[in-house]
Amino acid sequence: MRIKTTVAGLLAATMLGGMGSAQAETLRLLTWGSYAPEALIEKFEEEYPDIDVEVTFSNNEEMIAKLRATGGAGYDLAQPSHDRIYAAQFEYDIYKPLDLSKINTDAMQAKLLEGVKENTTIDGEVYAVPHQWGTSGLMADKTKAPDLKSWGDLCDPQYKGRTSMRLKRTIILGMAYEMGEDPFAAYSDLEKYQGILDKVSEKLIECKANIKAYWNSGDDLTAMMLSGEIVGSETWDSTAYKIYDQNPDITFVPPSTGALAWIDTFAIPRKGKADDAAYKWINFVLRPENVTIMSASTGAIASVKGAKDLLPEDKKAAVNAAFTDADIDNLKFFANIPPGVEDMEGRALEKIKAATGG
Amino acid sequence: MLQKDFKRLTLYLLFAPFALWIILLIILPHIGMVALSLREKVAPRVYEFGFANYLDFINEPIYWNTLLRTGSMSLLVTALALIIGFPIAYYIAKLASNRTRGALFLLCLIPLWVSDLIRAFGWILLLRETGIISSFLVWSGIAGQPIEFLYNDAAVIVGLVYTVMLFMIVPLVSTLDGMDNSMIEAGYNLGGNGFTVLRKIIVPYAMPGIVSGCIVTFMLTAGSYLTPILLGGKNSSWFTEQIYNQFITRFNWEAGAAFGILLLLFTSVVIWLGLKLSGQTLANTVAKS
Amino acid sequence: MTTSPMFDLECINIAKSFGAFRAVKDVSFNIPSGSFFSILGPSGCGKTTLMRMIAGFEEPTGGDIQIKGKSVLGTPPNKRNVKMVFQHLALFPMMNVFENIAYGLRCNGVSNSEIKKKVHDVLERIALPDVAEREIHQLSGGQKQRIAIARCMVLDPDVLLLDEPLGALDLKLREQMKIELKLLQHQFNTTFVYITHDQSEALVMSDNVAIMNQGRFEQIGTPQELYHRPSTAFVAGFVGDSNRWSGKVKTSDGSGGKVATEQGLEMAFTAAHGETIREGTEVDIFVRPEFIHTVRKTGSVGTGEAADNSMDGVVDSLLFNGANSRVLVRSAKGELIEADVTLTGNDDVKPGEEVSLVWSSKQAMCFAAQGAS
Repeated sequence: MRIKTTVAGLLAATMLGGMGSAQAETLRLLTWGSYAPEALIEKFEEEYPDIDVEVTFSNNEEMIAKLRATGGAGYDLAQPSHDRIYAAQFEYDIYKPLDLSKINTDAMQAKLLEGVKENTTIDGEVYAVPHQWGTSGLMADKTKAPDLKSWGDLCDPQYKGRTSMRLKRTIILGMAYEMGEDPFAAYSDLEKYQGILDKVSEKLIECKANIKAYWNSGDDLTAMMLSGEIVGSETWDSTAYKIYDQNPDITFVPPSTGALAWIDTFAIPRKGKADDAAYKWINFVLRPENVTIMSASTGAIASVKGAKDLLPEDKKAAVNAAFTDADIDNLKFFANIPPGVEDMEGRALEKIKAATGG
Repeated sequence: MLQKDFKRLTLYLLFAPFALWIILLIILPHIGMVALSLREKVAPRVYEFGFANYLDFINEPIYWNTLLRTGSMSLLVTALALIIGFPIAYYIAKLASNRTRGALFLLCLIPLWVSDLIRAFGWILLLRETGIISSFLVWSGIAGQPIEFLYNDAAVIVGLVYTVMLFMIVPLVSTLDGMDNSMIEAGYNLGGNGFTVLRKIIVPYAMPGIVSGCIVTFMLTAGSYLTPILLGGKNSSWFTEQIYNQFITRFNWEAGAAFGILLLLFTSVVIWLGLKLSGQTLANTVAKS
Repeated sequence: MTTSPMFDLECINIAKSFGAFRAVKDVSFNIPSGSFFSILGPSGCGKTTLMRMIAGFEEPTGGDIQIKGKSVLGTPPNKRNVKMVFQHLALFPMMNVFENIAYGLRCNGVSNSEIKKKVHDVLERIALPDVAEREIHQLSGGQKQRIAIARCMVLDPDVLLLDEPLGALDLKLREQMKIELKLLQHQFNTTFVYITHDQSEALVMSDNVAIMNQGRFEQIGTPQELYHRPSTAFVAGFVGDSNRWSGKVKTSDGSGGKVATEQGLEMAFTAAHGETIREGTEVDIFVRPEFIHTVRKTGSVGTGEAADNSMDGVVDSLLFNGANSRVLVRSAKGELIEADVTLTGNDDVKPGEEVSLVWSSKQAMCFAAQGAS
């Protein structure tokens, strides 16, 4: 028995030692695929030679799950979307408050900064600042589906077997707007929201027969779209921009009820060990010359002032082909998800997936 | 006396890594899972002991339907792997020369050299509507228009069978290899035809290998995640996907843990039934091959 | 249909090649019903191939095999009424004794009650009436042996093939099983074809033995014939022990004469097996140890017989083995000669003693050497 405890002790010591030695020199980023382009990391490490950048690519759900599993340890900077911070912080306490004095907030677009602060303030402490924003909407091949303009058009029988969507909350919200509801307003009344969910689920189950397949990642969506297997789909705008590069007939289409806008943020995990490095990274990527490199990689628009002009030329063309000023005014920003809503939505999504709609 | 103590110490030392492995990586996490699955969430950051997560499973047909679906499809995959794998294993063990043997083993191993994801993408390239098979059929005039082979249960089964084949073949080869050829000849000599020899001699002899291959295959299949997700269609639910959804999308770790435990129980029961029906024990199947 | 199927098994010019290698070369023989026939030969002589052709596991490249007068070429192994006891017996480990024996009957579609009766009968006959429910691994070596035979005999085969089934047993049990096998063969009165490389097994049990070498039958005959009147040098050398000399014939009347060995020894010989051996022929001479008498130099006892060969030497060592004791004598020319002696334990020859070896020319079998003929 004594032997076992000794070995366990040794093991623990090694693990602690390993953690200790990682301190201060390493910035462990937990972010989205393409949000840490190699060129930027090299440039950053050149400027701060004593900082190594380690990147883990993830998505909103996995970011939260990872941080929840460790109580906010293992990473020094995370980039969840603005609507996914409040509930996660409230329930699992995985982030630490930001020191805004260390962030060059002057460079940020005031409207976006205020929006994010408003969404992520708990007990007077701010937990996130904006990084980039983008939208979810539709994508269509203009030559084959010129009239695909609203969420509901994905279910139009004339495109039977030729449309796709990701079976996640975006399509639920989009379809709710399509059906004349305001889902974000209903967040305050969960009973009412359940009613909306039921209605939307029914519609989406009906729609199943029209769908070729649910896409899982930007890669399968791109493949289906470029091969012509589908003519229209629910999409992230950045994916659509990349496809536009290869086939200008395929453009992002802001749905008639408004594209759904998200802002990806910076948040510091509660047990992060390299806060200074994290702040340095935040300020570094918000510099105009770096914004262009970042946007070229992500296809999203930075939350700094004059960001649209900082887009690389091809992205600028794609954005101009997709959005009019009216579309921008019509954007629907994702609202904070109150606790419990994820579970309700998850249940609805399971029901849709399990239904045999065809 | 000293000698005895020393021997005991050596034994402990040898046993310690194994014990640590079992305790740290298998027993403790499962105890944690069970504990987690018995927590009921009453309010944010407030939990109570209870069976609500299990009741949830029982009361929601979507969940247990998915579990049954996963189980029956896993059984189908196991059966197909056995039907396809047995002749291959027999060929490798009994008919092939030493050199072809190595080459054949290698062929079975190759799928495991690439990751799950790459393997699935390989199947996607082959099976999709604008993929290789469909294009070939159109090009050769067999099909009038492109055919979608992807996004259905058949694609999932094909992909899974391909993945688990090696785990079926290896135990089969090792048991068949241990079988004296004269046993088969005796089977013929005493008047049996090919079918009788297969049914009464080869299969019963290979039973430990068959059962252990089936156990491994079934476990792997029921617990697989990427292949069913990527190749499956809009209706193809897989139970591991439910577990993932509970843990990741819905932040409902308690239900996810309960589902994990249920999957473990379910596969264990299926394997226990299989062992009972085939008259084998775990000791003389998995341990042997 | 031949008129009288008096032979259970008949092979006519049977041959088998594996690529360029000819494993069996035009072998012909027939085995009278109910006899115990052995095929004896060194390993690699083709005897196993021959047996596998009879059982149907190999197709001959030439010739014909007839069982009870009917050709079985092209008949699959499971349709031939030839059963086989394998070298390692090949009992089915996943079945108990009863099921092992019942297997063949079930294949033939025999009814369950009939199977029960037959299995019971055959177990009685092999004197193991109570083992039906035992598992194979619970049986002793000898019991397994008998079960393997019973498993075949219950099917009433025309011919039973046995492929060195005693090879795996220890010496004592092997001796015992030899007798038992012979008795079983008598009891079942079925033709046994027994393959072995162990001459004592073949000689003790068989009615007839075929000596096989390099794909050919050298000689077929009763054990006594093979031992005393071998027809080839190979048989003489292979069956029983022999002292062997090579030499050249000096004088000969065709059936006997004098030969000078390579070591410069002269001896009288008799041409074996009615061969005619002329002067000047290179020959091999075989003399069995039991026909050489060891006589003390100092002793005065005359041999009395027609001991027309004699040689002087010194006892090198004694090989004591009870009744089969031997003495090794080093001749003046330096070679070692084996001779049987009767050791009484009282005033026996001792190493270092000078002795004379004497033997009759009738016992000196002479064959024209392979290379010279």
